[in-house]
Amino acid sequence: MIYREAGDFKTSYRDDSQTFPIRLDRWGYYAVLAIAFGIIPFVINDYWANAVLVPFLIYAIAALGLNILTGYAGQVSLGTGGFMAVGAYSVYKLMTSFPEISILVHILLAGGITAVAGVLFGLPSLRIKGFYLAVATLAAQFFLVWLFNKVPWFYNYSASGQITAPTRTVLGHAVTGPATSAPAKYLVCLVLAFLLAWLARNLTRGTLGRKWMAIRDMDIAAEIIGVDPLRAKLSAFAVSSFFIGIAGALLFAVYLGAAEVGEAFGINKSFLVLFMIIIGGLGSIFGSFAGAAFMVLLPVLLKNVLVGSFGWPTDLAAHIELMIVGALIVTFLIVEPHGLARLWALTKEKLRLWPFPH
Amino acid sequence: MKTKLTALVVAGIMAAAPAMADLVVPNLSYRTGPYGANGTQYADGFNDYFTLLNERDGGIGGERIQVPECETAYNTEKGVECYEATKDTGALVYNPLSTGITYQLIPKVAVDKKVLYTPGYGRTSAKNGRVFEWVFNAPANYWDGASVAVKHLLDENNGSLEGKKIALVYHNSAYGKEPIRTLQDLAEKHGFTLTELPVEAPGQEQKSQWLQIRRDRPDYVIMYGWGVMNQVAIQEAANIRFPMENFIGIWWAGSEIDVRPAGAGADGYKSVTFNGVGMDYPLYDDLKTHVIDPGKASQGGQHVGSAVYSRGMYAAVVIAEAIRKGQELAGTSAITPEQLREGFENLDITPARLEEIGLPDFGPEIKLSCDNHGGSGMARIQQWDASAGKWNLITEFTEPDQEVVQPLIEEDSQAYATEAGITPRDC
Repeated sequence: MIYREAGDFKTSYRDDSQTFPIRLDRWGYYAVLAIAFGIIPFVINDYWANAVLVPFLIYAIAALGLNILTGYAGQVSLGTGGFMAVGAYSVYKLMTSFPEISILVHILLAGGITAVAGVLFGLPSLRIKGFYLAVATLAAQFFLVWLFNKVPWFYNYSASGQITAPTRTVLGHAVTGPATSAPAKYLVCLVLAFLLAWLARNLTRGTLGRKWMAIRDMDIAAEIIGVDPLRAKLSAFAVSSFFIGIAGALLFAVYLGAAEVGEAFGINKSFLVLFMIIIGGLGSIFGSFAGAAFMVLLPVLLKNVLVGSFGWPTDLAAHIELMIVGALIVTFLIVEPHGLARLWALTKEKLRLWPFPH
Repeated sequence: MKTKLTALVVAGIMAAAPAMADLVVPNLSYRTGPYGANGTQYADGFNDYFTLLNERDGGIGGERIQVPECETAYNTEKGVECYEATKDTGALVYNPLSTGITYQLIPKVAVDKKVLYTPGYGRTSAKNGRVFEWVFNAPANYWDGASVAVKHLLDENNGSLEGKKIALVYHNSAYGKEPIRTLQDLAEKHGFTLTELPVEAPGQEQKSQWLQIRRDRPDYVIMYGWGVMNQVAIQEAANIRFPMENFIGIWWAGSEIDVRPAGAGADGYKSVTFNGVGMDYPLYDDLKTHVIDPGKASQGGQHVGSAVYSRGMYAAVVIAEAIRKGQELAGTSAITPEQLREGFENLDITPARLEEIGLPDFGPEIKLSCDNHGGSGMARIQQWDASAGKWNLITEFTEPDQEVVQPLIEEDSQAYATEAGITPRDC
C-alpha cells in the first residue's frame, strides 16, 4: 500500500543495481535533496545552522569516514579525534599561509594531508587486529593531540594555543569567520556532505569496497582469493582519513571558528563518532547520517524540551538528558544490534508488504 | 517520524525563546562536568545579584532584568549552541566563564554587536579596546594575575628573586597557557628560573608533575588550574609536604572547595583574588532579606558567600553598573547592546560607589575607557586558614607590573588585528 511497486520494471542491469531500486525510495531521495538544496537555504537562520544542521552534516561526514574504515574494512579505530585535529590544523595552516587560494581547495587539501597521516598510523594494522589495533589508533589520538599542543608552529605561536579561523570567501560569500551567513555555512557543509556520501556509496559498491569487505569478513580468505591486504587496508585508512580530515577542517573553520586541540578533538570526539556509527549501523551510508542525527540532534532537542518547555533547572535537565540519551542508546542496541540503518531496512520491508504480510 | 521530530524540535525551540522584553543578560553557566562544582557557585552568585536588583529596586532604572540560563558544561560546542539560542532574544552581554568559549565568541560578538564581559579570564589582550571593540575584561586579567603573584613573591624576598626557582603548574588549555609569556618575561627581568608543568584536562592525574616538583624542589609553585584540577593539585602538594605558603594559585584556583578536601594540609595555601571574600559586607543583609529568606536564591542559596559565588556576584555588579551608566548616557532605560558598550567604556566604579552598593573595598576601582577595556589590573592575595575554614586577605590591592604586561598586550592584540584584518580604531 505504502510502497506501490506495480509497474516499476527494470529493463537493464544498470537499473537493477542502482542505489535506490524502488521508485518510491528514489523519489524520496530526490525530495530530500530538493528540500535540502532548494528550500532550507532560504529559510535557515543562525540557530538552525549553528546548533543543528551544520554540526549534523559535519558529524555525518566524520561518521561516513569512520564507517568506511570500521564498518566496511573492519579496522577498529579510536583515532578519529586525532585525525579530525590533523584536518583542522592543516586547514588552519593552509588558510593562514596561502590566503589567496580558495578555502574549498584548502579543505580538500586538509583532507589529503589527513589521508597521509591516516596511512602512516594505519601501518600497524598490517600486523595487528581487533582490540590491539584499537589501542594502536588510540596512541595516534593521544600523540596527535599532544603534538598540536606542544609545537607552537601549528598554532602560529599564539599565546594561548588557540587557533582562530580568519574570514575566507567562496564566490564572494564568506564561508569562514564571524561574518558568515547561515545559508553559506550550511551550503558548504551540505555540498561536501552530499559529494562525499555519493563518493562513499560508489566506492563501497565497487572493487575497492568489495576488497574492504572481503578483508573485514575474513582476511586470510581474502588474501587467498587475491586481495592484497596491504593495499586494501591502507586504502581504507587513506579514504577514511580523507573524510575525517574534511570533517575536522569544517568543524574548525566553518562551525566553531576557533578551536583548541585538547577540548575540540579529544578522545571524547573519537568515541562520539564511534557511537554514531554503532548506533547508526556499521557498514551503511544511511546509518552514518542516522547515527550523526541521533547523537547531535537528540541532546539539543531534549535540552529545548526540558529547559524550554518544562522550565526545568539547567543542571537537572543536563543530567536527565545524559541519562535519556544513554538509555536510548542501550535500548536501541538491545532492540536492534545492527543499528538504526537495520531498523529502517526492516521497517521498509514491512511497509512494502503491508497490509498483506506473509 | 521525521516530520514529527522536526515539529517537536521547532516547538522546543520556539518555547526556549523568552519573551522579548526587559534587559536580557544570559547566563551561560555550567553546573555539570568536571568544572561543574565551581561553575555552579559562580552562576548562583551571578543570578542572585540580578534577583536582588529585581526584588529590591525593580530592576535597573525601572527595567527588570532577565537572566535566562543555558548549560554549556564548559564545552565549546554547547557554548555555541547557547549563544545562538539566546542572541536573538535581545541579549545585551555575555559572560561565559570559559576561556575556550570566549575565544569563539570574540569574533562573533563583533559581528552580532553584543558585549562580551570576561572578568579575570578569556583573552588577555582584549584589554586593548582599540582592537577588541566589544570585549571587556576588567578588573584584572591572567597576565595581571601572574604579575601580582610575582610581586607578592618579590615583597616576601626583599625585592629580589635572583636565582630562585618557580614552577608553573597549569591546565594544558588556552586558559593555562596564557600566563606563560608573561612569566617568561618576568623571569628574565627578575632573574628567576621558570619550569612549566602542564596538566592535561580535566586534571585528575598529576602524580608525575608533583614528583618532578619533589625532585626539583622549586622555591615557589604558581598554579593556573580550574575545577577538579585544583583539588588534586593541593592534595598532591600536601602529600609531598610542599610548604603551602609557597604555593600560589590564580583566582580560579582559590575557592573553598579547592582547599577543603586536603583538610589541614591545605593550611597556608595562597591565591590571587580580585574580589573580597567572606560575608562581612552590608550587601549580604539585603541579599538575605530580599533573596535568600523569601526562597528566591538560585538553586537554594547553598553557596552564598563562597569565594567563587562572590566572584560571580561581582561580575553581575560590574555588568549592572555598566547598564546603569549606559542608561544614563543614552537617556533611556531600555538600552541596546551598543548603548551598553558605551556604558562599559565610560564605566567608573569608585570606592565610594562600591560602598553605596554595599560592598566596600570589595574590588579595585574600575575606570575604563575607549582604549583600556581591562582596568587597572589590581589584585590582592588571600590565604587559606584551614582551622577557621576561611580565606583571609593578606595584602592590599597591588598594581601589576605594567611595564612587562602592557607591551605583551600590544603585541598580542596587534597579532590578532593582523590575523583578523581589523584596523585598530582611534581613541
